[in-house]
Order: sequence, then structure tokens, then C-alpha cells
Amino acid sequence: MLKFRDYSIKKKLTLMNMLVSGVTLLLACVAFGVYELATLRSNMVKTLSIQAQMVGANSASALLFNDAKSGENTLSALKAAPTVLSSGIYTLAGEPFAVYRRGAGGFVPPIPPMPAGQTEEHWFADKELKLIRSIVFQGKPIGTVYIRSDLQEMNHRLVQYVGIVAAVLSVSLTAAFLLLMAFQRAATRPILQLAETARIVSREKTYSVRAPSTDNHDEVGLLIEAFNEMLVQIQARDAALQTSQEELEQRVTQRTAELDATNKELEAFTYSVAHDLRAPLRHIQGFSNLLVESFGPQLEPEAKKHLQRIGEGTQQMGRLIDDLLSLARIGRQEPRLQATGLNSLVQEVLRDLKTETEGRDIQWQVGDLPFVDCDPGLMKQVFYNLLSNAAKYTRPRKPAVIDIGQVSWEGQLVNFVRDNGVGFNMKYADKLFGVFQRLHRKEDFEGTGVGLATVQRIIHKHGGRIWAEAEIDKGATFFFSLTSQNDGRQRANGPEGGKNGDGKRT
Amino acid sequence: MVPREGRTVTAREHEAIEILLVEDDPLDLEMTLRALDGDRVNNRIEVARDGEEALDFLLRRGAHTGRSLESQPKLVLLDLKLPKIDGLEVLREIRARPETRTIPVVVLTSSAEQRDIVETYKLGVNSYIQKPVDSVQFRQTVKAAGFYWLVVNRPPLVEA
Repeated sequence: MLKFRDYSIKKKLTLMNMLVSGVTLLLACVAFGVYELATLRSNMVKTLSIQAQMVGANSASALLFNDAKSGENTLSALKAAPTVLSSGIYTLAGEPFAVYRRGAGGFVPPIPPMPAGQTEEHWFADKELKLIRSIVFQGKPIGTVYIRSDLQEMNHRLVQYVGIVAAVLSVSLTAAFLLLMAFQRAATRPILQLAETARIVSREKTYSVRAPSTDNHDEVGLLIEAFNEMLVQIQARDAALQTSQEELEQRVTQRTAELDATNKELEAFTYSVAHDLRAPLRHIQGFSNLLVESFGPQLEPEAKKHLQRIGEGTQQMGRLIDDLLSLARIGRQEPRLQATGLNSLVQEVLRDLKTETEGRDIQWQVGDLPFVDCDPGLMKQVFYNLLSNAAKYTRPRKPAVIDIGQVSWEGQLVNFVRDNGVGFNMKYADKLFGVFQRLHRKEDFEGTGVGLATVQRIIHKHGGRIWAEAEIDKGATFFFSLTSQNDGRQRANGPEGGKNGDGKRT
Repeated sequence: MVPREGRTVTAREHEAIEILLVEDDPLDLEMTLRALDGDRVNNRIEVARDGEEALDFLLRRGAHTGRSLESQPKLVLLDLKLPKIDGLEVLREIRARPETRTIPVVVLTSSAEQRDIVETYKLGVNSYIQKPVDSVQFRQTVKAAGFYWLVVNRPPLVEA
């Protein structure tokens, strides 16, 4: 069943008004009814009292002379009063002296006692009005008159009254309802129209509709005006938004096209680099080598040295091209994430570095590293570049100590690679990860200046961060985080731990 | 040792061709031939300078009409970046034709780009070799490839 608060405003108003007018009318009718009843009763009592007085006055002598016949004659005059059921004259001792009864049968009830100091008393009881009155002769009571009257007349009047009330109520409520309908339409129509407009707006998401305005300057009129004003503003804003969105889309399309063109150019460029740039180097190498092989004995030692430098130069150029291509490749490809144990990755890298570090005194200290979601190939390159850097810049140390581990940094677990090598000046820390940026002279430490740029690009591709701390001659520490690292750790501790176990083997 | 001109090594009549070398760069060609020199195959190398020449030879058309099927090479050394018809197209064609489908093809090129490697393997290349910049490595690599594919490897007979 619908609750009152869920009724439509129209129904609510109708119900409220009908209830109010109904209750008011009913209260008025009840008040009148009560008044009417009281009047009726007092009138009945008055009539009965007069009748009792008349009976008393006319029967005093009969009582005095003990003439019961005369008393009964007097009583029989009550026949004219249709409501009197029975009546009796009683002696002072309470004995019935003369009795009158309407109709047959019945018995003469003993009279109720007269309250002390009163000459008359009446009761409404058992759908009857009973009245007793003392018969007084020369100031002295000589007997009592008792009259019983039924309330039929009064009840009849009451029934009539209820009927009238019902008629009045229904007529006036109908009239009130009709009036209400007429007024209500004027009062609720704007609200209903407003509600309908709001419904259309919310359902069809169209802001071009307007609620029909009224000439009323009441709250509803203000509400409608404000609502329409709001729609106007929304429409204007919508239009502006649409325009700017179209502009934006157009700009995005244009930029995308530009970007596509640039990307194609870049692709073509790297393709050309990969295919064409290496060939001349190969030729320089190949033919200067051939020169040594074919004409070695005829060459001056100085000439051989020059040829060796040519060879070194071309080899360096070849490495540069390889590193640049790798950097470009990482820029193009998205990392393919899978759960990877960093410890096994580090072990692989250490194996790969074996030839490079042969004859060196290096203490590798590998701590507990986490399982992370990362691209294993790319992450291996990160470790390869960082570890080979560490090995390179600790070359003057005996022993070189290189730590690989995990540490808590500002509430986040990050990986680090620390060495006791030559370090660098923190003043140049921001140049560390730039392409072709080098902090050491080539004759001291070889390199292309692409390795750390590659590392940074891979870390960024994983949504992580890399930074370094160092001191000259004390060593350097590289820290890096991977955003997916924490996820990986949580998963390793979670119910899917077994799944990570598989990941470890990959 | 006398340096040889571009297309100096030609198969003699009735002699089976060991290698078809498809290479447009004259210096690379010379380096490759030098690397293969000294092996028993040196006189039986056919050189094609572009993709069209390579396909003409393999499919026995143009200048090579009437060449017998028995003289099909045992190995194709294929560069990818070639004039007229590029290496990928040549490879596609070789794998599409019944008379060349089973010939081992080794790509010998400058690039180590993944898309090149993936594409050629998708087309059914037998091996992919990046030409090393270092000349010593270059010679060793080419020698090793020739040794493996011509001596160690057992190719199927060419079906007529």
C-alpha cells in the first residue's frame, strides 16, 4: 500500500482538504447534537415535571380523603401524554395509592426514595425517564407522584438529527470536493507541469524544454521561473561544452595525424639506421682489417696504430647505433607484464657479466629481492645496465663491493644497486639519465651515454621512478621503484601465492 | 689473393650451384665472398644483385630459362634491403613455389629489428643472421653459416 508521503501532490491536497472540512463539519454537528440532546432532555423533564405537578395538585384531596378512584381518574388524564408509560400516586409511606398504566400488564415498581430536602427528582435509565415529585398540602408532604416516560420521541428526534447531519455532511463534503477540484487545478497544475518537465529533462537528457510559466507570483511561480532559468544556463553551458569538445576533438585528430606522421618518419628513420648505418661501418672495419692482413708487413707501426684507432672508432660507433636502436625500440613497445622473481633475473645478469668481469675482484652481495609484475626482458636490461655500470666504475677498487637489495624509502619498498666505485658529483645528478650525457671521460671509463637513459625509460614505462645518490670516490647508489611492485608483493602474500610460484620459474 | 669484381663467380655448366648469394651492396658482397673463399664452395656461388635477379634465377626465367632443376642451389643467402623486389618478397615467393619451397634460406642483413626477424620467420626463413660490424666476427659468422648449411645440414632433394 502506498504511504501518504508517496501520494501525488494532488491526492495529498484533496485528502488534506477533505479531512479538514470533514472533521470541522463533524465537530460542528456533534456540538449541535450535544446541545440538541441536552435541550430535548431538559424539555422532557420540564414537561414531565409539569404533569407531575398537575397530578399532585389534583390528587391532594383524593389522598387526604383516601379516594383512590378519584386518584385514578386524575392519573388517567395522562392518557393524553403519549410518552407516559405508567404513573402512580404513592402514600407517604410508599404504598401505591392509585396507578395508571399504558397498555396492559406490567407491575407497579416500588418508588425510588426521594433524596432528603428535595421535592422532585428524575433519572434517565433503561431507555426511560423516571420522575418523582412530592404531593404537598398546606406545606406538608402527603404523598408522592411517580411518572415513567419512554424516550421514544427523543430517540426519534435523535435519529432524525443524525440523518440530517449525514445529509448535510455529504452535501457539504461533495460541494467542498467540487470546489476543491476547481481551486486545486489552478494550484497544482503548474507544479504538475513542472514535475513533468523535470521528468522529460532527466529521462531524455534534453535541456531545450521549458516548464510552462504561470502568471502567479507565488512560490510555485518563482520555482518555475528559477527552473527555466537553470535550464537556459545548462543549455548554454552544454552548447559551450559541445563547441569546445568539438574543437578539442578536431585538435586531437589533427595532433594524432601529426603524431602518426612523426611516428612513421621515426619508424622509417630507425629502419634506415638499422639497415643502412651499420653497413659503412662494417666496410670501414672490414677493409682496414684487410689492409692489415694483406699489407701488414709493408706498413709502418704508426700506420698500424692509426688503423687500430679506425677499428676502435667504428666499434664504438656500432655500439652507439645498437644502444640508440634499443632505446628507440623501448620507446615504441609497451612492457608485457608478468610475475617475475628479481633474484633469478639478477643471477642471469651476473652469469652474462662473467666474461666482462673476468679477473676482477668483485664481491657481489645480493639481498632478498621481491617478485614483481614487470616485463622480464626489459627488467633484465635494467639490471644488466646498472650492474655492468657498477662493475665498470669500481674498476679501481680491490675488492669492489656491489650490493643489490631492497630498502624502505618513504614508506615504499624500492630496489637499489650500490657500489664502492668512483661515484660522481651530485651537482650533475640531473644529467645522469639524459641521452649521451656522461659524467666521466671516455679514456677513464668507456660508454655511449645511452645505458642509463635506457634504464630510466624502462622504469618509467613500468610507472616507476629512478634516482641516484653518490659521493666522489665513495661510490654511487641507484634506487628504483616499480608501481606494480607493491601489487606483486601483495599477491605473493595473498591466496594466489601458488600462482606466483609458477611465475618464479618463468 | 686477388680482389674480385662484383659478379665474377658464376656456376659452370652442369655443375650444381651451392649458394645463391643475394646482395646489392658491392662491398658487402666482396666481404661475404672473401669470407666464403677458401671453402670448397667458392666456385659455385651464384650472385644476384637484386630481388628480381634472384627470382629469375631460382624460378628459371629470363636469362636463366632452361636451367635444369638439378642445379638449384643448396642455400640462399638473402639480404633484406634490396632494389626492385625486397628480401621479404623474394622469401615469400621462394616459399610459395614448389620448385623452391624446400631450399634453405638464410637471411644475412644489417638489421636486428624484431619486426624484421619476426616477419622473416613468419614467412618460413631457416635462419636469421645479423651482419656483425666487427670484421673478424663477420668473417667467422659467414663461414660458420656456410659450413653449417652446406656441410652439417642435410637438405631434402628438390622435387621436380
